[in-house]
Amino acid sequence: MDNKPDPTELTEEQKRSRRSRSIAIAMVLGVLVVLFYFVTLVKGPAVLNRPL
Amino acid sequence: MSMIGDIARLPAGVPETAARPQVSVATAEDYVALLKPRVMSLVVFTALVGLMAAPGPIHPVLAFTALLCIAVGAGASGALNMWYDADIDALMTRTAGRPIPRRRIAPGEALGFGITLAGFAVVVLGLLVSWLAAALLAFTILFYVVVYTMWLKRSTPQNIVIGGAAGALPPVIGWAAVTGSITLEPLLLFLIIFVWTPPHFWALALIRTEDYARAGVPMLPVVAGAAATRRQIMIYSLLLIPVGASPWLFGYAGLVYGLTALVAGALMLAFAWRVWTRTEGKAATTAARQMFIYSILYLFGLFAVLLVESIAGRVVG
Repeated sequence: MDNKPDPTELTEEQKRSRRSRSIAIAMVLGVLVVLFYFVTLVKGPAVLNRPL
Repeated sequence: MSMIGDIARLPAGVPETAARPQVSVATAEDYVALLKPRVMSLVVFTALVGLMAAPGPIHPVLAFTALLCIAVGAGASGALNMWYDADIDALMTRTAGRPIPRRRIAPGEALGFGITLAGFAVVVLGLLVSWLAAALLAFTILFYVVVYTMWLKRSTPQNIVIGGAAGALPPVIGWAAVTGSITLEPLLLFLIIFVWTPPHFWALALIRTEDYARAGVPMLPVVAGAAATRRQIMIYSLLLIPVGASPWLFGYAGLVYGLTALVAGALMLAFAWRVWTRTEGKAATTAARQMFIYSILYLFGLFAVLLVESIAGRVVG
Protein backbone atom coordinates (compact mmCIF):
# COMPACT_ATOMS: atom_id res chain seq x y z
CA MET A 1 0.00 0.00 0.00
CA ASP A 2 1.34 3.46 -0.95
CA ASN A 3 1.65 5.73 2.11
CA LYS A 4 2.81 8.82 0.19
CA PRO A 5 0.52 11.86 0.62
CA ASP A 6 -1.89 12.51 -2.20
CA PRO A 7 -0.42 15.46 -4.18
CA THR A 8 -3.89 16.54 -5.23
CA GLU A 9 -4.97 16.97 -1.61
CA LEU A 10 -5.51 20.63 -0.55
CA THR A 11 -3.56 21.97 2.41
CA GLU A 12 -5.45 22.89 5.57
CA GLU A 13 -5.01 26.60 4.79
CA GLN A 14 -6.41 26.12 1.30
CA LYS A 15 -9.39 24.22 2.71
CA ARG A 16 -10.04 26.90 5.35
CA SER A 17 -9.85 29.75 2.85
CA ARG A 18 -12.06 27.91 0.35
CA ARG A 19 -14.63 27.33 3.08
CA SER A 20 -14.45 31.03 4.04
CA ARG A 21 -15.06 32.06 0.40
CA SER A 22 -17.90 29.55 0.01
CA ILE A 23 -19.68 30.84 3.11
CA ALA A 24 -19.29 34.45 1.92
CA ILE A 25 -20.74 33.60 -1.52
CA ALA A 26 -23.66 31.74 0.11
CA MET A 27 -24.39 34.74 2.35
CA VAL A 28 -24.29 37.18 -0.57
CA LEU A 29 -26.66 34.98 -2.58
CA GLY A 30 -28.97 34.73 0.44
CA VAL A 31 -29.00 38.52 0.85
CA LEU A 32 -29.82 38.92 -2.86
CA VAL A 33 -32.76 36.48 -2.58
CA VAL A 34 -34.14 38.28 0.49
CA LEU A 35 -33.59 41.69 -1.16
CA PHE A 36 -35.44 40.76 -4.35
CA TYR A 37 -38.23 39.17 -2.28
CA PHE A 38 -38.82 42.32 -0.23
CA VAL A 39 -38.47 44.69 -3.19
CA THR A 40 -41.11 42.61 -5.02
CA LEU A 41 -43.41 42.96 -2.00
CA VAL A 42 -42.78 46.73 -1.80
CA LYS A 43 -43.23 47.47 -5.49
CA GLY A 44 -46.04 44.97 -6.09
CA PRO A 45 -47.12 44.80 -9.74
CA ALA A 46 -45.05 47.94 -10.37
CA VAL A 47 -41.94 45.78 -10.16
CA LEU A 48 -42.58 45.00 -13.83
CA ASN A 49 -42.94 48.68 -14.73
CA ARG A 50 -39.48 50.04 -15.57
CA PRO A 51 -39.65 53.16 -17.68
CA LEU A 52 -36.21 54.25 -18.83
CA MET B 1 -4.36 29.67 -11.08
CA SER B 2 -3.28 26.17 -12.00
CA MET B 3 -5.82 23.57 -11.07
CA ILE B 4 -5.70 19.97 -10.00
CA GLY B 5 -6.01 18.78 -13.60
CA ASP B 6 -2.59 20.29 -14.40
CA ILE B 7 -0.81 17.92 -12.05
CA ALA B 8 -1.24 14.95 -14.35
CA ARG B 9 0.82 16.77 -16.98
CA LEU B 10 3.78 17.53 -14.69
CA PRO B 11 7.02 16.19 -16.16
CA ALA B 12 8.77 13.28 -14.51
CA GLY B 13 11.21 14.23 -11.77
CA VAL B 14 9.29 17.27 -10.54
CA PRO B 15 9.21 17.20 -6.71
CA GLU B 16 5.95 16.13 -5.20
CA THR B 17 5.62 19.41 -3.26
CA ALA B 18 5.63 21.29 -6.56
CA ALA B 19 2.70 19.15 -7.68
CA ARG B 20 0.44 20.43 -4.93
CA PRO B 21 -2.45 22.32 -6.57
CA GLN B 22 -1.98 26.08 -6.50
CA VAL B 23 -5.44 26.85 -5.22
CA SER B 24 -6.13 30.35 -3.92
CA VAL B 25 -5.62 30.91 -0.20
CA ALA B 26 -7.58 34.18 -0.25
CA THR B 27 -10.21 34.39 2.46
CA ALA B 28 -13.42 36.41 2.45
CA GLU B 29 -11.57 39.05 4.48
CA ASP B 30 -9.03 39.49 1.68
CA TYR B 31 -11.86 40.16 -0.77
CA VAL B 32 -13.43 42.62 1.69
CA ALA B 33 -10.07 44.45 1.82
CA LEU B 34 -10.24 44.77 -1.99
CA LEU B 35 -13.41 46.82 -1.55
CA LYS B 36 -11.58 49.59 0.38
CA PRO B 37 -14.14 49.53 3.22
CA ARG B 38 -13.06 52.85 4.77
CA VAL B 39 -13.50 54.73 1.50
CA MET B 40 -16.76 52.88 0.99
CA SER B 41 -18.09 54.05 4.36
CA LEU B 42 -17.65 57.73 3.41
CA VAL B 43 -19.24 57.08 0.01
CA VAL B 44 -22.26 55.40 1.62
CA PHE B 45 -22.61 58.21 4.15
CA THR B 46 -22.55 61.01 1.56
CA ALA B 47 -24.94 59.04 -0.66
CA LEU B 48 -27.28 58.63 2.33
CA VAL B 49 -27.27 62.41 2.82
CA GLY B 50 -28.09 62.99 -0.86
CA LEU B 51 -30.87 60.44 -0.59
CA MET B 52 -32.37 61.93 2.58
CA ALA B 53 -32.02 65.54 1.41
CA ALA B 54 -33.93 64.82 -1.79
CA PRO B 55 -37.57 65.88 -1.82
CA GLY B 56 -40.19 63.19 -2.11
CA PRO B 57 -40.76 59.80 -0.57
CA ILE B 58 -38.76 56.62 -1.01
CA HIS B 59 -39.61 53.31 0.61
CA PRO B 60 -36.96 52.29 3.19
CA VAL B 61 -36.37 48.99 1.38
CA LEU B 62 -35.64 50.84 -1.87
CA ALA B 63 -33.46 53.35 -0.04
CA PHE B 64 -31.50 50.46 1.49
CA THR B 65 -31.22 48.85 -1.95
CA ALA B 66 -29.91 52.07 -3.47
CA LEU B 67 -27.29 52.48 -0.73
CA LEU B 68 -26.27 48.83 -1.01
CA CYS B 69 -25.75 49.19 -4.76
CA ILE B 70 -23.78 52.42 -4.33
CA ALA B 71 -21.63 50.71 -1.68
CA VAL B 72 -20.99 47.69 -3.89
CA GLY B 73 -20.27 49.96 -6.87
CA ALA B 74 -17.74 51.88 -4.77
CA GLY B 75 -16.21 48.59 -3.63
CA ALA B 76 -15.97 47.40 -7.23
CA SER B 77 -14.14 50.62 -8.12
CA GLY B 78 -11.71 49.94 -5.27
CA ALA B 79 -11.09 46.36 -6.46
CA LEU B 80 -10.49 47.48 -10.05
CA ASN B 81 -8.19 50.25 -8.79
CA MET B 82 -6.16 47.69 -6.81
CA TRP B 83 -6.03 45.39 -9.85
CA TYR B 84 -4.60 48.12 -12.09
CA ASP B 85 -2.34 49.71 -9.47
CA ALA B 86 -0.88 46.47 -8.06
CA ASP B 87 2.58 47.34 -9.41
CA ILE B 88 2.80 50.74 -7.71
CA ASP B 89 0.93 49.55 -4.59
CA ALA B 90 3.77 47.07 -4.00
CA LEU B 91 6.27 49.95 -3.96
CA MET B 92 4.47 52.18 -1.45
CA THR B 93 4.50 51.58 2.30
CA ARG B 94 0.87 52.68 2.68
CA THR B 95 -0.41 50.20 0.11
CA ALA B 96 2.09 47.32 0.22
CA GLY B 97 -0.19 45.41 2.59
CA ARG B 98 -3.07 45.26 0.10
CA PRO B 99 -4.20 41.77 -0.96
CA ILE B 100 -2.59 41.72 -4.43
CA PRO B 101 0.91 42.93 -3.42
CA ARG B 102 0.75 40.44 -0.52
CA ARG B 103 -0.06 37.74 -3.10
CA ARG B 104 -3.25 36.77 -1.31
CA ILE B 105 -5.33 37.45 -4.42
CA ALA B 106 -4.17 37.15 -8.05
CA PRO B 107 -4.63 40.27 -10.22
CA GLY B 108 -6.98 38.42 -12.56
CA GLU B 109 -9.17 37.38 -9.64
CA ALA B 110 -9.43 41.00 -8.49
CA LEU B 111 -10.31 42.08 -12.03
CA GLY B 112 -13.08 39.48 -12.31
CA PHE B 113 -14.34 40.30 -8.82
CA GLY B 114 -14.47 44.04 -9.58
CA ILE B 115 -16.19 43.69 -12.96
CA THR B 116 -18.77 41.26 -11.54
CA LEU B 117 -19.61 43.52 -8.60
CA ALA B 118 -19.78 46.62 -10.80
CA GLY B 119 -22.13 44.90 -13.22
CA PHE B 120 -24.38 43.61 -10.43
CA ALA B 121 -24.47 46.97 -8.64
CA VAL B 122 -25.47 48.93 -11.75
CA VAL B 123 -28.04 46.43 -13.04
CA VAL B 124 -29.70 45.90 -9.64
CA LEU B 125 -29.85 49.67 -8.99
CA GLY B 126 -31.43 50.18 -12.41
CA LEU B 127 -33.91 47.32 -12.16
CA LEU B 128 -35.04 47.98 -8.61
CA VAL B 129 -34.63 51.73 -8.04
CA SER B 130 -33.80 54.14 -10.88
CA TRP B 131 -32.06 53.92 -14.23
CA LEU B 132 -30.76 57.49 -13.91
CA ALA B 133 -29.11 56.57 -10.61
CA ALA B 134 -27.75 53.39 -12.23
CA ALA B 135 -26.34 55.37 -15.16
CA LEU B 136 -24.65 57.79 -12.74
CA LEU B 137 -23.20 54.86 -10.78
CA ALA B 138 -21.86 53.29 -13.99
CA PHE B 139 -20.35 56.64 -14.99
CA THR B 140 -18.77 57.03 -11.53
CA ILE B 141 -17.17 53.58 -11.67
CA LEU B 142 -15.88 54.11 -15.22
CA PHE B 143 -14.60 57.58 -14.36
CA TYR B 144 -12.73 56.34 -11.27
CA VAL B 145 -11.24 53.29 -12.95
CA VAL B 146 -10.55 54.50 -16.49
CA VAL B 147 -10.14 58.29 -16.23
CA TYR B 148 -8.54 58.51 -12.77
CA THR B 149 -6.76 55.18 -12.18
CA MET B 150 -5.65 54.28 -15.69
CA TRP B 151 -5.07 57.74 -17.12
CA LEU B 152 -4.72 60.70 -14.75
CA LYS B 153 -3.08 59.11 -11.72
CA ARG B 154 0.18 58.33 -13.50
CA SER B 155 0.23 61.26 -15.89
CA THR B 156 -0.58 64.57 -14.14
CA PRO B 157 -0.27 66.24 -10.71
CA GLN B 158 -3.89 67.33 -11.21
CA ASN B 159 -4.88 63.64 -10.94
CA ILE B 160 -6.85 63.92 -7.73
CA VAL B 161 -8.38 67.29 -8.67
CA ILE B 162 -10.13 65.87 -11.74
CA GLY B 163 -10.40 62.33 -10.37
CA GLY B 164 -12.10 63.75 -7.28
CA ALA B 165 -15.28 64.02 -9.37
CA ALA B 166 -15.78 60.28 -8.93
CA GLY B 167 -15.74 60.55 -5.14
CA ALA B 168 -18.06 63.56 -5.27
CA LEU B 169 -20.85 61.87 -7.21
CA PRO B 170 -22.42 59.55 -4.55
CA PRO B 171 -24.77 62.25 -3.09
CA VAL B 172 -25.96 62.99 -6.62
CA ILE B 173 -26.65 59.28 -7.14
CA GLY B 174 -28.56 59.16 -3.85
CA TRP B 175 -30.59 62.20 -4.89
CA ALA B 176 -31.32 60.69 -8.33
CA ALA B 177 -32.46 57.44 -6.69
CA VAL B 178 -35.28 59.36 -4.99
CA THR B 179 -36.26 61.99 -7.54
CA GLY B 180 -35.14 60.50 -10.86
CA SER B 181 -33.62 63.90 -11.67
CA ILE B 182 -30.62 66.14 -10.93
CA THR B 183 -31.07 69.70 -9.67
CA LEU B 184 -28.81 72.42 -8.24
CA GLU B 185 -28.89 71.13 -4.64
CA PRO B 186 -27.15 67.76 -5.26
CA LEU B 187 -24.69 69.56 -7.51
CA LEU B 188 -23.75 71.79 -4.55
CA LEU B 189 -23.11 68.64 -2.49
CA PHE B 190 -20.99 67.39 -5.39
CA LEU B 191 -19.08 70.67 -5.42
CA ILE B 192 -18.33 70.49 -1.68
CA ILE B 193 -16.67 67.06 -1.99
CA PHE B 194 -14.99 68.08 -5.26
CA VAL B 195 -13.31 71.13 -3.70
CA TRP B 196 -12.59 69.24 -0.46
CA THR B 197 -10.72 66.39 -2.19
CA PRO B 198 -7.48 68.19 -3.24
CA PRO B 199 -6.50 69.62 0.18
CA HIS B 200 -7.49 66.30 1.80
CA PHE B 201 -5.27 64.20 -0.48
CA TRP B 202 -2.43 66.68 -0.76
CA ALA B 203 -2.11 66.74 3.03
CA LEU B 204 -1.61 62.96 2.83
CA ALA B 205 0.73 63.33 -0.15
CA LEU B 206 2.93 65.73 1.86
CA ILE B 207 3.42 62.99 4.44
CA ARG B 208 3.92 60.26 1.81
CA THR B 209 5.93 62.19 -0.78
CA GLU B 210 8.79 59.65 -0.78
CA ASP B 211 6.32 56.81 -1.25
CA TYR B 212 4.74 58.44 -4.28
CA ALA B 213 8.12 59.42 -5.73
CA ARG B 214 9.39 55.83 -5.37
CA ALA B 215 6.32 54.55 -7.20
CA GLY B 216 6.61 57.23 -9.90
CA VAL B 217 3.18 58.71 -9.17
CA PRO B 218 3.27 62.42 -10.11
CA MET B 219 1.50 63.76 -7.04
CA LEU B 220 1.77 67.52 -6.61
CA PRO B 221 4.49 67.47 -3.88
CA VAL B 222 6.60 65.14 -6.05
CA VAL B 223 6.30 67.23 -9.22
CA ALA B 224 5.88 70.81 -7.98
CA GLY B 225 7.40 70.53 -4.50
CA ALA B 226 6.09 70.90 -0.96
CA ALA B 227 5.86 74.72 -1.06
CA ALA B 228 3.59 74.75 -4.12
CA THR B 229 1.46 72.02 -2.56
CA ARG B 230 1.06 73.99 0.67
CA ARG B 231 -0.01 77.04 -1.33
CA GLN B 232 -2.58 74.98 -3.25
CA ILE B 233 -3.92 73.52 0.02
CA MET B 234 -4.43 77.08 1.29
CA ILE B 235 -6.23 78.16 -1.91
CA TYR B 236 -8.58 75.18 -1.93
CA SER B 237 -9.27 75.49 1.82
CA LEU B 238 -10.16 79.16 1.32
CA LEU B 239 -12.44 78.26 -1.57
CA LEU B 240 -14.04 75.55 0.54
CA ILE B 241 -15.52 78.09 2.98
CA PRO B 242 -18.10 79.60 0.57
CA VAL B 243 -18.57 76.30 -1.25
CA GLY B 244 -19.20 74.47 2.04
CA ALA B 245 -21.74 77.11 3.07
CA SER B 246 -23.43 77.18 -0.37
CA PRO B 247 -26.37 74.88 0.52
CA TRP B 248 -27.27 77.43 3.23
CA LEU B 249 -26.51 80.45 1.01
CA PHE B 250 -28.84 79.06 -1.68
CA GLY B 251 -31.55 78.36 0.90
CA TYR B 252 -31.38 74.56 0.79
CA ALA B 253 -30.06 74.13 4.33
CA GLY B 254 -30.85 75.76 7.68
CA LEU B 255 -28.98 78.21 9.86
CA VAL B 256 -27.41 75.44 11.95
CA TYR B 257 -25.83 74.02 8.83
CA GLY B 258 -24.72 77.46 7.66
CA LEU B 259 -22.99 78.27 10.95
CA THR B 260 -21.44 74.79 11.13
CA ALA B 261 -20.10 75.13 7.59
CA LEU B 262 -18.59 78.57 8.30
CA VAL B 263 -16.95 77.54 11.58
CA ALA B 264 -15.74 74.19 10.22
CA GLY B 265 -14.47 75.94 7.10
CA ALA B 266 -12.57 78.49 9.17
CA LEU B 267 -10.99 75.66 11.15
CA MET B 268 -10.03 73.91 7.91
CA LEU B 269 -8.33 77.12 6.83
CA ALA B 270 -6.55 77.31 10.19
CA PHE B 271 -5.20 73.79 9.72
CA ALA B 272 -4.16 74.72 6.17
CA TRP B 273 -2.37 77.79 7.59
CA ARG B 274 -0.42 75.55 9.98
CA VAL B 275 0.57 73.33 7.05
CA TRP B 276 1.67 76.43 5.13
CA THR B 277 3.72 77.92 7.92
CA ARG B 278 5.28 74.77 9.41
CA THR B 279 7.55 73.62 6.63
CA GLU B 280 10.37 71.77 8.37
CA GLY B 281 10.85 68.54 10.30
CA LYS B 282 8.42 66.86 12.62
CA ALA B 283 6.23 69.97 12.98
CA ALA B 284 5.55 69.93 9.23
CA THR B 285 4.62 66.24 9.26
CA THR B 286 2.37 66.72 12.30
CA ALA B 287 0.62 69.70 10.71
CA ALA B 288 -0.04 67.75 7.49
CA ARG B 289 -1.28 64.71 9.42
CA GLN B 290 -3.63 66.87 11.55
CA MET B 291 -4.90 68.57 8.39
CA PHE B 292 -5.60 65.16 6.82
CA ILE B 293 -7.48 63.88 9.88
CA TYR B 294 -9.41 67.12 10.35
CA SER B 295 -10.46 67.17 6.69
CA ILE B 296 -12.22 63.82 7.19
CA LEU B 297 -13.99 65.19 10.28
CA TYR B 298 -14.90 68.33 8.32
CA LEU B 299 -16.69 66.46 5.55
CA PHE B 300 -18.31 64.03 7.97
CA GLY B 301 -19.48 66.91 10.20
CA LEU B 302 -21.00 68.97 7.39
CA PHE B 303 -22.86 66.04 5.90
CA ALA B 304 -23.97 64.86 9.36
CA VAL B 305 -25.63 68.23 10.01
CA LEU B 306 -27.27 68.10 6.59
CA LEU B 307 -28.50 64.61 7.40
CA VAL B 308 -29.98 65.69 10.73
CA GLU B 309 -31.67 68.69 9.09
CA SER B 310 -33.05 66.45 6.34
CA ILE B 311 -34.41 63.91 8.82
CA ALA B 312 -35.92 66.72 10.91
CA GLY B 313 -37.47 68.18 7.76
CA ARG B 314 -38.99 64.83 6.82
CA VAL B 315 -40.36 64.26 10.33
CA VAL B 316 -41.82 67.77 10.64
CA GLY B 317 -42.83 68.16 7.00
